[in-house]
Amino acid sequence: MNARYLPYMLLLPATVFLLVFFLYPFVQIAVLAFTGSEGFTLQHVQTMVSHWKFGTALWNTILLAAIVVPLQLVMALTMASIVTKLKDARNTILYIFTIPLGLSDLAAGIIWLAIFEQSGFLNSILAGLGIIDRPILFLGYQNIWVIFLAVVLAELWRATAIVMVILVSGMGLIPKEYYEAAEVFGASPWKRFTRITLPLLRPSLQSALILRTLAAFEVFAVVIALGGTTLPVLMGETFQWQFALQDRNVASAYALVILAISIVSTLFYLRVLRVPKEARI
Amino acid sequence: MTDAVATDEPRTVSDTRSSGRFVLIAGTVLLCAWVLVPIYLLFVNTLSSPSEVTGFPKTGLPSFDFSSVQFFISFSGVARALWNSVLVAVLTMILSIAFGAPAGYALSRFEFPGKEIFRMLVVMTRAFPLPLLALPLAIMFIRIGLDDTPLGLALVHTVLAMPFAVLITFSLFSGIPIEFEEAAWTLGCNRWQAFRKVVLPLVLPGIAASAVFAFTISWNEVFAAAVLTIENRTLPAFLVQSLNVSPLHLKFAGGAAMVIPALIFIFAVRKYMFAMWGIANR
Repeated sequence: MNARYLPYMLLLPATVFLLVFFLYPFVQIAVLAFTGSEGFTLQHVQTMVSHWKFGTALWNTILLAAIVVPLQLVMALTMASIVTKLKDARNTILYIFTIPLGLSDLAAGIIWLAIFEQSGFLNSILAGLGIIDRPILFLGYQNIWVIFLAVVLAELWRATAIVMVILVSGMGLIPKEYYEAAEVFGASPWKRFTRITLPLLRPSLQSALILRTLAAFEVFAVVIALGGTTLPVLMGETFQWQFALQDRNVASAYALVILAISIVSTLFYLRVLRVPKEARI
Repeated sequence: MTDAVATDEPRTVSDTRSSGRFVLIAGTVLLCAWVLVPIYLLFVNTLSSPSEVTGFPKTGLPSFDFSSVQFFISFSGVARALWNSVLVAVLTMILSIAFGAPAGYALSRFEFPGKEIFRMLVVMTRAFPLPLLALPLAIMFIRIGLDDTPLGLALVHTVLAMPFAVLITFSLFSGIPIEFEEAAWTLGCNRWQAFRKVVLPLVLPGIAASAVFAFTISWNEVFAAAVLTIENRTLPAFLVQSLNVSPLHLKFAGGAAMVIPALIFIFAVRKYMFAMWGIANR
């Protein structure tokens, strides 16, 4: 075979696959959201916006991401710093830290359900300490904020590992000499962290934040497992419209909203954490 | 005298060292507990009888009663859901390696016009909420007869898993000097023989790891599975669709059934974990 065509032959299956199952369907989503029986229509978008759950779902999704992602960043930086300082048992600790990375969001939701449900472990601990006499219904519609808190905890538990892994591999790229030089000049560990680690970690921070924020907008199974439909989020509503209400067009309109906030946040991170070409390691 | 000696010791340095050491160890233990205790609690519930699961207060110790597990396994639809999950995950694994590995090889070995466009396409998949693909694809699948089939779902999961396969195999192949292949060519191998006899044995463990990774992605995926399957539900789809009607012990046993294989897989590929995520996000 001619070597000039070989790379194209090798790329062909993957390219065709992505065109058919990735690019084309995303165009289809927009088509579904904006067409009715008589061509272009805004009716599906109107149906979506005028439904009382839309505003709440949008707000909950964004609030959840705004709370979870910064907390995850702090936790992941702590974990990554710990891991880089460890000598013995480093690999074991690293494995334990990364366990949640391999778990499904549904499994994470069910795991935290074991803690928060009415006969669950949180109630058992509170009763054991004598704080309460009878179990409290944490995950009911009366206290939605507890469901929200449980979702935040489950998301922190499940998805901090991925941020940590990206940051650990980013920290591995920072030359040791920088730290040695800083130590010679008497910089404290905190100063070394803020003046060397953080700035040089910017590319990793950027990809970790983009990845995590997008995933946070897609929160679905954790919420369903912990609160059913009591706490509406965008992805959950998309599922409701598609599955329970059998209206693909409104579901697609929801999908477009998720897509839109994803793109906006990606552009935001690309701009704010921009890394000049000459400043890359 | 002893007092004077004690104060003369350069204590400050070693003290800060050891107190720092203490904080480090305490933090590590705390974080390990934060990860492990919730998983332990899930297994406590799984290994308790249904009445213990709904009982209150809980002891936090498993009674090693297998009636919850038995109930789960014999529950109508569970065996089939497990089988479907495995089937879809295996199909995803095969498809993403079959499409991804040649692309990774091409990216690592050749310079050619259009290379950057393909890279862009792969990287772009990261910036999209991929499970949403299930909505338009549901319609496409009805048209071509793939609706509610394991293959249809595996195609969606392949969109999720293949970009990883491309980037991982790209870095695997890049780690093998092209001189190895060139040496094989001068010794009379053609391009394919050189690949099969020299490169493939070296990258096989890495490719196996990325296959396991693809399997795990599919095994864990919930949204697309729940949208695209009705009769042929995978385990996550089965659990999501029956969440509001199923008893607690069924949920916990189902959760454990999802967690155990994932734990084994992550353990199997732990060596490659960093290579994967490190590269995949550059």
